[in-house]
Amino acid sequence: METAVRTDFGFVGVMFVTAFLLMAATLYAASLLRPKKPNKEKLSTYECGMETVGDTWVQFRSQYYIFALVFVLFDVEVLLLFPIAVAFGSLSLFATLQAMLFVVILLAALLFAWRKGVLEWK
Amino acid sequence: MPVILELILKSLVLIFVLLTGFAYMSLVERKVLARLQARYGPNRAGPFGLLQPLADGLKLIVKESITPKSVDVPIYFLAPVLVVIPALILFAVIPVGPGDLFQLASKVNVGVLYVLGVMGVAVYGIVLAGWSSNNKYASLGGLRASAQLISYELGMGLAMVTVVLMAGSMSMADIVAAQLPTQFGGVLGWFIFRQPVAAVVFAITALAETMRSPFDLVEAEQELTAGYMTEYSGMKFALFFMGEYVKMIAVSGLFATFFLGGWSGPFVSEVPLLGLVYFTIKVIACLLLMILVRATLPRVRYDKLMAIGWKTLMPVMLANVVITAVLIVIGVPGYK
Repeated sequence: METAVRTDFGFVGVMFVTAFLLMAATLYAASLLRPKKPNKEKLSTYECGMETVGDTWVQFRSQYYIFALVFVLFDVEVLLLFPIAVAFGSLSLFATLQAMLFVVILLAALLFAWRKGVLEWK
Repeated sequence: MPVILELILKSLVLIFVLLTGFAYMSLVERKVLARLQARYGPNRAGPFGLLQPLADGLKLIVKESITPKSVDVPIYFLAPVLVVIPALILFAVIPVGPGDLFQLASKVNVGVLYVLGVMGVAVYGIVLAGWSSNNKYASLGGLRASAQLISYELGMGLAMVTVVLMAGSMSMADIVAAQLPTQFGGVLGWFIFRQPVAAVVFAITALAETMRSPFDLVEAEQELTAGYMTEYSGMKFALFFMGEYVKMIAVSGLFATFFLGGWSGPFVSEVPLLGLVYFTIKVIACLLLMILVRATLPRVRYDKLMAIGWKTLMPVMLANVVITAVLIVIGVPGYK
């Protein structure tokens, strides 16, 4: 790898560490400055002044999971489009047609999920 | 270790600039919104309220930070950090001007993938904040965030695929280089003119990614109090706020880089510093547009919001990718 590219990757890493340390320092500084006077009312869950009813950590609608599943499928396929897009200028005609076919399959899959009613909220 | 020192200094400066940008962005937003509603906005702290961000910051830092009894403590503390750090490091790969100093890490050869990845991480912070708060409003906000993000990330990803297709590279430096006036027809070389559909879709998905109005269902004040940050106070709340605004700046920077030619503009090759000025102007224009959208549009209904993402943006963008590819193969001027 070129040195320039390596330095750039280094910058991303350094930036991550710097941002993390800076945020940690801010939180620490705030913890030194702020008052700490907790009481029972303050520490209760805030739901607009009403007593909390029932459990919050319940099971969600299964439709969320189906959406998530469809998303994972398409996201992976979109990611697979990136290398094709980068190399597109130097692809042979056959490879280009294959790439097109891939996108068409993607579109067909979307239409299939659509027809199946996955994208509707009932 | 001069290289490391240089990198640390550079990242400190960048973070400082982003945080200052965030502070004044919040002031400008309040001012502009106020003027659009025939109010004055903050005007007590300093001339034109210019010291308002300082006062707000100081206030938030000395406020008591309440940790409710029923929260899941480690995740509750991790969440704000998970929101603010991706927002900050998103900017690392965006070139802000010509010349080595302003290029930042734009030569990273997976720049676009990096952007997609970091944006994906940012939503974890919000979902975890909503879940760990053990509060019904917060957890609804977190759920909405996750569903909204998965509906819009595909449109955004495909818009980026189009940009990569046009530039033939995933490095931000190359994407800007592909839009330079010397490449194709002056200002028409900007991808916003060569890829208008992708630009519009990217703008819409960027609003959804940053949870800005009209896609701000995650923190819809009227129905969810404050959504995922209902249980947060003091500095932890400030971090969420910071994350949201820094992400807005970063997304505007991405839009400027992808579609508005990044730092390019007249006379840049003679005076490199002008590149930084042009880039800043473009980013500020995008930010003002975001504020204007907030002042203008009502909130979208939730199922409509998901439907727009899946049934409009995604098919349109898939078609756009195919059409762009065909144009490139045929060799239409402007598409290589």
